[in-house]
Amino acid sequence: MTAVFKREVRAYFQSPLGYVFIAVMYFFTAYYFFTYNLYNNTTDMSALFNQLFSVVLFLVPILTMRLMSEDKRARTDQLLLTAPVSRIGIVLGKYFSALCVYLVAISASLLMAVVLSVYGTPDWPVIIGNIIGLILLGAALIAICMFLSSITESQVIAAVSGFAVSLFLVLVDALIYVVTGELFQKIFSYMSFNGRYNGFTIGIIDFSNVLFFLSIAAMFVLLTAAVLEKRRWS
Amino acid sequence: MVKVEHLVKYYGEKEVLSDISFSIREGEVVGLLGLNGVGKSTTMNILTGYLSATSGSVKIDGHDILADANAAKRNIGYLPELFAFYPEMRVNEYLEFCCDLKGVTKNKKERGEHLDAICQRVGLSHVRGRMIRNLSKGYKQRVGFAQALVGSPKVLVLDEPTVGLDPSQIIEIRELIRSAGKSSTVIVSSHILSEIQAICDRVIVIHGGKVIADDTPESLSRMILATHRMVVRILGESEKVTEVLKATPGVLKVTCLSEKEPGAYDYRIDGEPNTDIRADVFRCLAKADLPLLCTYNNELSLEDVFLHLIGDTHGEQKGGEEK
Repeated sequence: MTAVFKREVRAYFQSPLGYVFIAVMYFFTAYYFFTYNLYNNTTDMSALFNQLFSVVLFLVPILTMRLMSEDKRARTDQLLLTAPVSRIGIVLGKYFSALCVYLVAISASLLMAVVLSVYGTPDWPVIIGNIIGLILLGAALIAICMFLSSITESQVIAAVSGFAVSLFLVLVDALIYVVTGELFQKIFSYMSFNGRYNGFTIGIIDFSNVLFFLSIAAMFVLLTAAVLEKRRWS
Repeated sequence: MVKVEHLVKYYGEKEVLSDISFSIREGEVVGLLGLNGVGKSTTMNILTGYLSATSGSVKIDGHDILADANAAKRNIGYLPELFAFYPEMRVNEYLEFCCDLKGVTKNKKERGEHLDAICQRVGLSHVRGRMIRNLSKGYKQRVGFAQALVGSPKVLVLDEPTVGLDPSQIIEIRELIRSAGKSSTVIVSSHILSEIQAICDRVIVIHGGKVIADDTPESLSRMILATHRMVVRILGESEKVTEVLKATPGVLKVTCLSEKEPGAYDYRIDGEPNTDIRADVFRCLAKADLPLLCTYNNELSLEDVFLHLIGDTHGEQKGGEEK
């Protein structure tokens, strides 16, 4: 796993992808920091984190699009799958590499909070709650998009299907009010990433929300490993 | 070292391997021979754990490739038919990555010595700092060979290692395979018969999803002697010799080739297929007092044997004519 992790992290920074992802995340974080905090003279960073939810939803598919599909297309998976490394080890190595780059990218928000603390008194429990929420959101999304990347050879298809899932996750909140039937409303409400993320933005760390994001991440990591295993038997 | 039992592989409804079984002893260099698409690469992919067989088992040094995958894979170095590499990597980085993957010691000195030895062996020492994508096809193949050698595996699996290379590169890669055979068990697949003949101690011929022959190239050639065909040198007038030979039972055609020595000519004698004309030719020549100065080797080449085995009679005739 460590070997795959090291190679993937290096690959992010040997191509423009890692730099572009981090730069775009930093740009949006700085933009919202300026408009919500500096412009309004406030240390409340909830609005910034609220906006970062959408940014993360649409940037993560870019980060993960090559993760599995590239190996399949270029047939570099032969080296990995014939090496003494388990399928789950390969998947986890790739997963944690994307998560690592993601953590670097969202570290900008922490940097902004530190800047605020120099000039004011930010609400640290809320900020830490938000950052935990952002990490969990990213962890779940990266797993979903990595799974999508594993079922195709095309990076474009992986990215587009990632955007589609992200869009669905945004629209799922609206669907709660559109569908009739209590069961469907409950299902959509349960699936709402936004609803579960909002708790973190006001500083509430609900264990069920933490478990939800972690479960999603674990489920899609396992599904990705299952896709690799299935390919061997096909 | 390698034990393959009753491998069966289906791709959807299509049966690629119907029953493949063989075992390979330590230190053997074995060639997997077969036409394109008969399942050589599939067999190799199953051997290395990249694919799973529909049924059957593969054991590498006693470890099952499915049940004890990591232990089995630790003994395997694999060069796939289409060697894929990470374009952003340099040769050194790639080999370091392979070391990490295969669990080669993390001790810098020992790992460095291991990689130095491999690079020297495959002739990569002077390009270690270069991007793999910028190397020539021959050098890329050497990088592939080097990654297969990382971790000093007991079994090397090389799938069509010379495909797409120019003649000098082919010779270099063959030399590498020969030298690798001194320290590892090597399985090479190819549809190029001369290549298998040149480098392998043993040939396994796959056809129709089954092993149809398994022996040394020499034994296979001897197994199917061309007893109905001879090339001989006879002292005497060519007209008389031709007349005597044509009168020999079973002889269909006599061709006088050229005068090789004063008064002695080479003849090609073709008899009826599936007959042995040699004894009759000898007796008739002796009776006519025509000295037989020499005979040429009438063992078939591996190409003839292969075509004979897969039942291509046209090919066999063609091979005979070339001889």
